[in-house]
Amino acid sequence: MKLAFQIAKRFLLASKKQTLVIILGIAVGVSVQVFIGALIAGLQDSLVNTTIGSRSQITITNSDETEYISDYENLIVEIKSSSENISVITPTLTSSGSLLNDSSSEIIVLRGFDFETADEIYGFQEKLTEGSEMPDSINEVALGINLKENLGIEIGDSVEFDSAIYDNRFFTVVGFFDFGVNEINNTWTVSTLKTVQDVIDSGDVAQNIEMQLFEVFDAEDFTKMEIENSISGDFNITTWISENESLLSGLQGQSISSLMIQIFVIVSVVLGISSTLAITVLQKSKQLGILKAMGIQDGDASLIFLFEGALLGLFGAIVGILLGIGLLYAFTTFSGTDIPITFNVGFLALSAGIAILASTLAALSPAIKSSKLSVIEVIRNG
Amino acid sequence: MANILTLKKVCKTYGVNTKNPTKVLFDVDLEFEESSFNSIIGQSGSGKSTLLNIIGSLDRPTSGDILFKEESLSKLNNKDLAAFRNRSLGFIFQFHYLLPEFTALENVLMPYRISKREITKEVIERAEELLDIVGLGNFKHKLATNLSGGQQQRVAIARSLINNPSIVLADEPTGNLDSDTTEKVYELLRDINQKFKTTFIIITHDRTVAEKTDRVIEIKDGKVYLDISK
Repeated sequence: MKLAFQIAKRFLLASKKQTLVIILGIAVGVSVQVFIGALIAGLQDSLVNTTIGSRSQITITNSDETEYISDYENLIVEIKSSSENISVITPTLTSSGSLLNDSSSEIIVLRGFDFETADEIYGFQEKLTEGSEMPDSINEVALGINLKENLGIEIGDSVEFDSAIYDNRFFTVVGFFDFGVNEINNTWTVSTLKTVQDVIDSGDVAQNIEMQLFEVFDAEDFTKMEIENSISGDFNITTWISENESLLSGLQGQSISSLMIQIFVIVSVVLGISSTLAITVLQKSKQLGILKAMGIQDGDASLIFLFEGALLGLFGAIVGILLGIGLLYAFTTFSGTDIPITFNVGFLALSAGIAILASTLAALSPAIKSSKLSVIEVIRNG
Repeated sequence: MANILTLKKVCKTYGVNTKNPTKVLFDVDLEFEESSFNSIIGQSGSGKSTLLNIIGSLDRPTSGDILFKEESLSKLNNKDLAAFRNRSLGFIFQFHYLLPEFTALENVLMPYRISKREITKEVIERAEELLDIVGLGNFKHKLATNLSGGQQQRVAIARSLINNPSIVLADEPTGNLDSDTTEKVYELLRDINQKFKTTFIIITHDRTVAEKTDRVIEIKDGKVYLDISK
């Protein structure tokens, strides 16, 4: 073992240029892996975050959709204790109608929130473009930014709400928010839970229990089950996953293409090392011949090449990771785009591990070849 | 004196399973005494290299047997054969075959390291002593590639002795050297033969070289043609 390792080291050091070229070859492969891996993970994280970062990831409604959830506070306590994956949970109540101002009117969605918790999901506070506080007393509302122009209203204005079913009333506008999504900016009229309860004259009820999760991809298979198993009563539980199949298949496609790229990089690294080491076996056949004449065991002779592969892989991985980090740094600094990068130490370790393993495996066929080398032929033809 | 090596009806055929098998050795019977100084001569194609390979357990006979002392080598598997070579045989080849990546001292120690024993102070001293004997005490830390042909061959001689082998096999050990150096190398081998009682079997095509040994065996057409002891 020790001897084989030392011989491997000497062989590598004796042909420094060749060793360096192989290491660089592996390093380029590893750096591409690190770079693509971090980039794709970053893109996915950002895509997931944009899509579901500011909305409910699991929503609970009454199974009869015309009914409200009356004892929602206890239900929230029950749900919260059912799963450790829930990061935020909040009750909401939704109605609809029109807002009227002078001669213009807009059809809107009236949503009531408990802002203390809802803000963690929707981030209203930071999306406020005018006004400084979300509504906190009855009949105060904040509106989507597009409604400001469409209705011609300003902060502090009073605007009439017509629900068609219940009595008309006036809301005081305390702020405008911008979600960057037209559908919301055009229609959302946000108020406290209490205001909406009052509008529809329902008493203390909620329509949806909305929540966000720590591990969003566990929503369907784990968290939903945990909730189902622990709450009593008849409720519908929907997750973002069941509502976003196309997004998910897109993400999956991305993951697969990233995996394919990485597999091909590994394959090319393996082929490169394997062919170079095969040549090394020929170059070192004299040395192997004499070692065998001196009685080295076939296994030890093979080990020399396995160690060569492993050493090349190790140094290739180290240089490759440094190169990959450099690439990422250069990319984020100089590309001028703001494509997100997700940097994962586990992924780096995995890339390095795969490179070392692949290099060692690549050395396998030269190693086997070396053990089959005939001493007589080497010495005769030397 | 007792026999250290006995060849019994050794035959060697190359390409046994092909259309044109070539028989190289025909029923060779030979005995070598302990601490003897022998040479095997023959022209190229006579089968002497094949004989060396079989004696050196680098190749197996097609039929017949080789006894080392009382032990039959044909019963050993490849692993045991490698261990036997390491322990009991020393090799000197025409083209030196030092490991160019290692120093003279490391090359001398190589057979000992292959035996997987711990490198001790004593064995390093022994290696240095052997390098002194071959006159290269001052070159021990030089890389093999930086030595001249004659120096490399002397390192190879020191290397062949490190494990105290019973037999040293030399294949044209001076084939690559000028006549002065050749003379020195043979004196050296002779000294070692007398000092360590090592059996020498030297293969050569050069009759004048062979005449320096105590016994000349001539191989012709795969058979023992002459066997003269002084």
